[in-house]
Amino acid sequence: MNGTGDGVRPPYNAVSEWLGTQRLDELKQKLAEAETMFRRTGITFAVYGGDDASERLIPFDIIPRIISAAEWRRLTAGIEQRVRALNAFMFDIYHRQEIIKAGKIPEELIVCNAAFVPEMMGVDPPLGIYSHIIGIDIVRTGENDFFVLEDNTRTPSGVSYMLENRETMMHMFPDLFARNRVAPVENYPENLLRTLESVAPRGMDAEPTIALLTPGQYNSAYFEHSFLADQMGVELVEGRDLAIIDGYLQMKTTQGLQRLDVIYRRIDDDFIDPLVFRPDSILGVPGLFNAYRAGRVTIVNAPGGGIADDKAIYSYIPEIIRFYSGRAPILQNVPTYSCRRPDDLKYVLEHLPELVVKEVHGSGGYGMLVGPTASSAEIEAFRRKLTANPANYIAQPTLALSTCPTLVAAGVAPRHLDLRPFVLLGDQVRITAGGLTRVAMRAGSLVVNSSQGGGTKDTWVLQD
Amino acid sequence: MLGRTANDLYWLARYVERAENMARLIEVGYRIVLLPRDAEGTHEEWRSTLASAGCAQGYFASHEALSTRDVINYLLFDLSNPSSVKSCLAAARRNGRAQRTSLTRDMWECLNAAWIEFSNINPKSVTAGELPRILDWVRARSALYRGALLNTILRNDTFFFSQLGTFLERADNTARILDVKYYVLLPQVEMVGGGIDSVQWGAILRSVSAHRSYRWVYKQNYKPWRIAEYLILNQAMPRSLRASYDQINVALDDLADLYGTRWDCHATASSTRGRLAGGNIDRIFQSGLHEFIGDFIARNNRLGNEVADAYHFNG
Repeated sequence: MNGTGDGVRPPYNAVSEWLGTQRLDELKQKLAEAETMFRRTGITFAVYGGDDASERLIPFDIIPRIISAAEWRRLTAGIEQRVRALNAFMFDIYHRQEIIKAGKIPEELIVCNAAFVPEMMGVDPPLGIYSHIIGIDIVRTGENDFFVLEDNTRTPSGVSYMLENRETMMHMFPDLFARNRVAPVENYPENLLRTLESVAPRGMDAEPTIALLTPGQYNSAYFEHSFLADQMGVELVEGRDLAIIDGYLQMKTTQGLQRLDVIYRRIDDDFIDPLVFRPDSILGVPGLFNAYRAGRVTIVNAPGGGIADDKAIYSYIPEIIRFYSGRAPILQNVPTYSCRRPDDLKYVLEHLPELVVKEVHGSGGYGMLVGPTASSAEIEAFRRKLTANPANYIAQPTLALSTCPTLVAAGVAPRHLDLRPFVLLGDQVRITAGGLTRVAMRAGSLVVNSSQGGGTKDTWVLQD
Repeated sequence: MLGRTANDLYWLARYVERAENMARLIEVGYRIVLLPRDAEGTHEEWRSTLASAGCAQGYFASHEALSTRDVINYLLFDLSNPSSVKSCLAAARRNGRAQRTSLTRDMWECLNAAWIEFSNINPKSVTAGELPRILDWVRARSALYRGALLNTILRNDTFFFSQLGTFLERADNTARILDVKYYVLLPQVEMVGGGIDSVQWGAILRSVSAHRSYRWVYKQNYKPWRIAEYLILNQAMPRSLRASYDQINVALDDLADLYGTRWDCHATASSTRGRLAGGNIDRIFQSGLHEFIGDFIARNNRLGNEVADAYHFNG
């Protein structure tokens, strides 16, 4: 909120003024009310590997994170450039592989990559789009310094929190919204539906039938799956509700079989079709991939999109943007050391206490080392893992993430945060003015993942 | 609508209805146990409560003797008993969560809150004084859910399958109470007379919340054949077999209108309703009350299976 200087940055003026008039016990009371609301609605998530597999609430903070209209314009220009380039990259990788021929990316980094799906070679998804739904993780380190941490091109989650956080805030603090011109986020489900419709199989003469495919109610993001299906008015299906019959994807309804044209799947590539990918999967549909290849059903996001958000590819993204757009990237990448390169590995091993080291295929904040906050024993343990399998790791400098006032036990204090705006790509690019702000609830912590105790905030984009 | 969705909605409604019926059965059993009597018979009432609830076999598999505390715990809190109130609320919420998209926010919040509140009750801390409050609470939750359903849900297959589940479960419950207690309604018992029978007759009516309305409808003291008639044939009594089958037929007709097809279940439901609508309590007693009820329960079960087949509940 204060940026690097002493004063409050302009976008926060109204909220700062409001905050000054609030009593701490009243704010805490409001926070407790919000948590009761979340629990009643059932906005919970399951933590894998926790003591109990029960449902928990993601901590919610009632002080909003605010982005000015000008800041947002710049961000969206950068995001649009990025998602278009990523899709062009995926199309190229699964077709002529010009970028490899041009020597911009080493071939083995693609073809030997676990996220590369050879079965996708030559497949032509409608409109040439692979990742229709993308959540880009962005951090801010200074007034005009935004860095992209990760491009989630597979099945990004969290959009339901963006929507429910806003609902809750509007319910609890209507006066705050009267004093600020906050761009609405509630059109997201409508935009998602339009995006899904726009990528229906070619040559359809009727309205496409759309469904959301979930692994089921024990999945950590189940609430979001049912929430989105509900908001769009489409069926929420599981693998067992579906079958490939006569070459088409069909769902088993009370009136017999009904054809499905587009599925927004929230299960991983590995599980979508046991005949092509993991044979032990019971979450997917046998024969789905063949129907997809034949253009009889659209899978959103397309299989194989993980190649674009693979951490080993990440450091090449600026090059990828230049290659496909012919322009310089608007949003910066975080400098990344690829431990598969001997020089980088040497540097990383010498500077472990300053770096964040991540597994190439990891996610959710698991299996990572945050050098500055790790104990020396943790660093040494990590050093052994890293030396044993360097190609499995990348490292990045620790960024001075921006902070935002956050309600904690002792009062209002700064906490570090990141931002995940949600992008939809179909007949056009649709970016919702807002996003998911994740906040590290512990003082000084830079880990914002909900699986690691991070919380969320409502994210405001102000209008001019 | 997915076949799995229809199945979940149908069972969700059955579980909510079952939780309510269970609370009522416990309440009635507890009232009778509290009556001054010789020690011998004190706990025997629980035997018929367990039988009416369809839980006798399960109870005696894990308990040797009848005790008030054990029976109440088994019927209210025991998760190993699939029909306990706690199991019903858990299953209702699980089904509701699986079909979150079919439920309105009011319906879901009601289920979710009921489960959260009930699972916070520590069974060991429940005293006799608190029991009525908990049982009232269970019935109030069920009423709230039904209210939310009736007031907020679209009148489409979501509603029709919910109605089917509710009234099949209700018919089953009322029939089971009659099946277990039929002997106190037989004529020779009436000849014997005595205070206990009057208590038993009152208990039967209470277990379907009909002890007050009986007086309004019949304007006379409890007569066993009137009680049987009231529970089996009376169209106005909301928990009677007849009223349940009226609702079942409405729901099935609505489904036939919506989908344009009639199935075996339609014929079965319509014929069962016909027998109730044209029924006469004297003839039922002559040909055997117990046989009539046994036959009804079998037909009701068959209807449940036919509904599941017709609408692809299992894919």
